[in-house]
Amino acid sequence: NSSLLVVEHRNGAVDGSTLNALTAAQALGGDITAIVAGGAPETVAKEIAKYNGITKVLVAKNDAYSHNLPETLAPLLVEAQKKLGFSHVFAGHTAFGKNVLPRVAALLDVAAISDITGIEGADTFVRPIYAGNAIATVKSSDSIKIITVRGTAFPAATTAQNDPAQEAAPEADTAALSEWIGEELIKSDRPDLNSAKRVISGGRGMKNGENFQMLYDMADKIGAAVGASRAAVDAGYVDNSLQIGQTGKIVAPELYIAVGISGAIQHLAGMKDSKTIVAINKDAEAPIFQVADYGLVEDLFKAVPELTQKL
Amino acid sequence: MLSIVPNHLCTPTCLLYSTSAVKVRVNPAKTDVDRNVKHSMNPFDEIAVEEAVRIKERMPSTEIIAVSCGSAKSQETLRTALAMGADKAIHVEVADDSKLQPLGVAKLLKAIADEQKPDLIILGKQAIDDDSNQTGQMLAGLLNWPQATFASKVEITDTLAKVTREVDGGLETISSKLPAIITTDLRLNEPRYASLPNIMKAKKKPLTKSSPEQLKVDITPRLETIKVEEPAKRQGGKKVESVDDLIDKLKNEAKVL
Repeated sequence: NSSLLVVEHRNGAVDGSTLNALTAAQALGGDITAIVAGGAPETVAKEIAKYNGITKVLVAKNDAYSHNLPETLAPLLVEAQKKLGFSHVFAGHTAFGKNVLPRVAALLDVAAISDITGIEGADTFVRPIYAGNAIATVKSSDSIKIITVRGTAFPAATTAQNDPAQEAAPEADTAALSEWIGEELIKSDRPDLNSAKRVISGGRGMKNGENFQMLYDMADKIGAAVGASRAAVDAGYVDNSLQIGQTGKIVAPELYIAVGISGAIQHLAGMKDSKTIVAINKDAEAPIFQVADYGLVEDLFKAVPELTQKL
Repeated sequence: MLSIVPNHLCTPTCLLYSTSAVKVRVNPAKTDVDRNVKHSMNPFDEIAVEEAVRIKERMPSTEIIAVSCGSAKSQETLRTALAMGADKAIHVEVADDSKLQPLGVAKLLKAIADEQKPDLIILGKQAIDDDSNQTGQMLAGLLNWPQATFASKVEITDTLAKVTREVDGGLETISSKLPAIITTDLRLNEPRYASLPNIMKAKKKPLTKSSPEQLKVDITPRLETIKVEEPAKRQGGKKVESVDDLIDKLKNEAKVL
């Protein structure tokens, strides 16, 4: 086996999801080549090189790669695969990985294997289906496996005394089919949802966006990230990037506190692998209590300020 | 829209969809889930059809073709799309839905796109059964078209699609040359309910049949499902009496504070 690890990065730093994907690639065994593409990829190339298991770093420096457009990244990854003959290509199952890797798979005429949570062999992988209500084991008959990795299922890779060779990535077509116009990213000093050890989430029961301040206050006291159910995002209380669930982010922190969330299966899909789950809801019949280790049946507007004060 | 006649193509591609009220169960042989559940259109595909209809409302020369791949049950989904406002429908008949995988569906849709030459193809971002989130991106790769995935806002002009996308940290806006692929996220729009007169009208709209053989597409599955299991059950359900009790348990029992 030889793997290509697609490095996701932002503001000159490797995204945490890539380190989880690296652990998955290590589980498979064999050489692991990281590829870093960007307008100024040098810092990220240096950083990823330090991680355990990386045997080579390919650097693709070109302004065409500045904004992660799949129309230019996919041909680059295809060229790299064809020149160097990787048997597996790994990336995190993030908005970035989901966008780029299926395109790569189609160009190579192979299946893509999304959101894996386990590796049973070089061609056999485990992945949840039906919002995590069933766990499928699938076997690929393709010669190349294109894989996105569920971050919460693999620990982040660690650094080592590592000094792999760096070389320029193969040239590929960079014709632009799309133009990047801009972005509005939510800036927050709180931990990133994907990697936070503690997460506090609010649902429809929060009643409005202003009331989320209560959750931010608690989050700041215990160093937690803040998330939300789809209902809270759809109602416009908070930004879409906070959504946890089947179609949003998947989290598995040590502590998950669900506040005013009823617990639809689509939400449970995004958090039920958390180590300890707390639910605060005044409706004792809410399904969230069935998965909660500690359920507190109480009005959140009374319980949350009290909890914040006593923590 | 001026002289160009855009030919928007919508694709409700996934059919098997269980609502939250229906519990998904693994079958006794542990080879699949019990597929004997209600069929309705995948919610992301409903959003795709709705977006096409809204584009047509702004650009009346637009023609909308709804496409579905799958067993005979797909036709119900296509009638829904027609009742929502699609002009015609194509059913690519594949008797066994479980044989359809994203790459195969993308190839079928490419063959139809080669025939119909649309300016835009709108798909749901993922099917909520296998949750793969691949078909739109694969189709874009096969056609060598730009892809604007996870769209929460779409503006179409004669030559461009300006799309706001839901990404991990917030929103991103890109502008793609037509023809292009768009995949829909949840907050793009709220799909309409078809009115009774429109449901009646939809019965008279053209629905043509095709097949992988007719389209000369090999849909042989590349992934074999070896087994399907129930996930590990969580032992939840314990209640605490008060905030103090909760803090005590988190500190001394769970040891997470």
